[in-house]
Amino acid sequence: MLVILGLFASGVVSAILESLGRYQDPALTFRYYSQLFSDREIRASLGFSLGVAAIATGLSAAFGLMLALRLRRAAHAWTGWNTLLQFPLAVPHLAMAFVVLQLISSSGLAARIAYHAGIISMPAEFPSLVNDRFGAGIVLVYVLKETPFVALMILAVLTRLGDSYELAARTLGASAWQCFRHVTLPLAAPPLVASCLFVFAYILSAFEVPFVLGRPYPAMWSVIAQRRYMEADLAARPGAIALAVAASSLTALLVWLYLRAARSWSGLDKPAIF
Amino acid sequence: MSMNTRSSRAHFRGLVLALIAVLPVLVLAAWSLSRGWLWPALLPRAWSLRAWRYAASPLSGVPQSLAVSIFIALIVAALAVLLAVPAARAIALHSFRGRQAVLFILLLPVLAPPVASAMGVHSLFIRLGLAETVFGVILVHLIPAVPYSTLMMVGAFSRFETDQEAVARTLGASTYHVWLRVTLPALAPGIAVSAVFAFLISWSQYLLTLLVGGGQVRTLPLSLIAFQTSGDDAVAAALALLYLAPAVFLFLAVSRFLRADA
Repeated sequence: MLVILGLFASGVVSAILESLGRYQDPALTFRYYSQLFSDREIRASLGFSLGVAAIATGLSAAFGLMLALRLRRAAHAWTGWNTLLQFPLAVPHLAMAFVVLQLISSSGLAARIAYHAGIISMPAEFPSLVNDRFGAGIVLVYVLKETPFVALMILAVLTRLGDSYELAARTLGASAWQCFRHVTLPLAAPPLVASCLFVFAYILSAFEVPFVLGRPYPAMWSVIAQRRYMEADLAARPGAIALAVAASSLTALLVWLYLRAARSWSGLDKPAIF
Repeated sequence: MSMNTRSSRAHFRGLVLALIAVLPVLVLAAWSLSRGWLWPALLPRAWSLRAWRYAASPLSGVPQSLAVSIFIALIVAALAVLLAVPAARAIALHSFRGRQAVLFILLLPVLAPPVASAMGVHSLFIRLGLAETVFGVILVHLIPAVPYSTLMMVGAFSRFETDQEAVARTLGASTYHVWLRVTLPALAPGIAVSAVFAFLISWSQYLLTLLVGGGQVRTLPLSLIAFQTSGDDAVAAALALLYLAPAVFLFLAVSRFLRADA
């Protein structure tokens, strides 16, 4: 165990050293970090990464909440829901990205159906959903993958609490909306917030999906870091690592916030790990 | 609404959901068996086994990729469980200072693909001669797999009664027998789940393999991307199916434990 944590830690230390110019100069320097801020590609990437992660998280949260509330009523009818909801979590990102590519690219199945329905007459007329400016394909994959996760987290808490609070509110004359707004939503809020932090951190450090469905500019930071790291010119490496270290620090902060949020409602006896 | 229409509606909904789940697989299967599926045809003009035949021949490198992927993932799963069980036991059954910090460190590589760490590990491995080797790739896959398995085992241990071990010990069982007859059977579902997920984590790694393997260790996802970028969609679709299959089957195999755990 310590070996693996040691490997992880020594990787981090080695990465930090290299990003400080360990092999380029005798003296350590923050040059590669300050260069990140003046780099146009990286500034565009920051906005793009945050935007994609925020939109995908927001949509997953909204759909996840709706799904959880819908399933709570149907949960007695069929116990297979739980398994079905966990399934997308087991599917490798790359496979999912590839399927989405085949379905919604401008020559994909959706575009062909649109052609036969008489909506478009050539591939270029189909809205570009992959390799596009706004990362629509990336968002789609993550919404598909994370909505069930959010729903599972909320369902776990709501099922434990039962529906007596809602019944009491309705008996006391609350309307359906008032009951949702003042009873159900506050009950669902802790797992919702925790899972949002989790999903946001997760998407922010995604690589495979933007690699397949994104485009070179603006790209998500991980794609840029990988591209620069694998360049033949070794001088680009410290900058690539500096980018990875900076972005990972942000993720670490989000994970810490998630743990704090999760501790308040689950006690972490059974850590949610997807 | 009568019970009958209600259940038939539930069945209908289940059918629609199943169709949505199966549709991607059908699309992949159609692509992999197609010959000249040009725009805007809804179905391939002709069917052929070319992609599968090519994928099965050693010339394509696919059988080798498959073997390497399976080999790496099996070793990662075995090592991850071996390391996770004692660690999870300590975390789940003992409360100690810094427990929260340990959980944080465990969760970190699980949540964020440890790109920064992998880059650092890579430059260490270059000096140790482990870069671009299967062993190096196994080690770097363990970075996310071991914490993941540990967190799953923590869940399993938190429902485990250590009293049972004490009882067995009192009745004269040896340490080894307690482990074999009491602890192991009680934890078996948790171990199965965490092994499967460690396998799947290794199976789905792309970036870590690319960084540390330097393109020399060609696992299945690396081949998949290679065929996809070279524009051979039929072969890429066949590989995507191969890539998806273990995820589906392993998940179904452990899903009853997942339900019992939830």
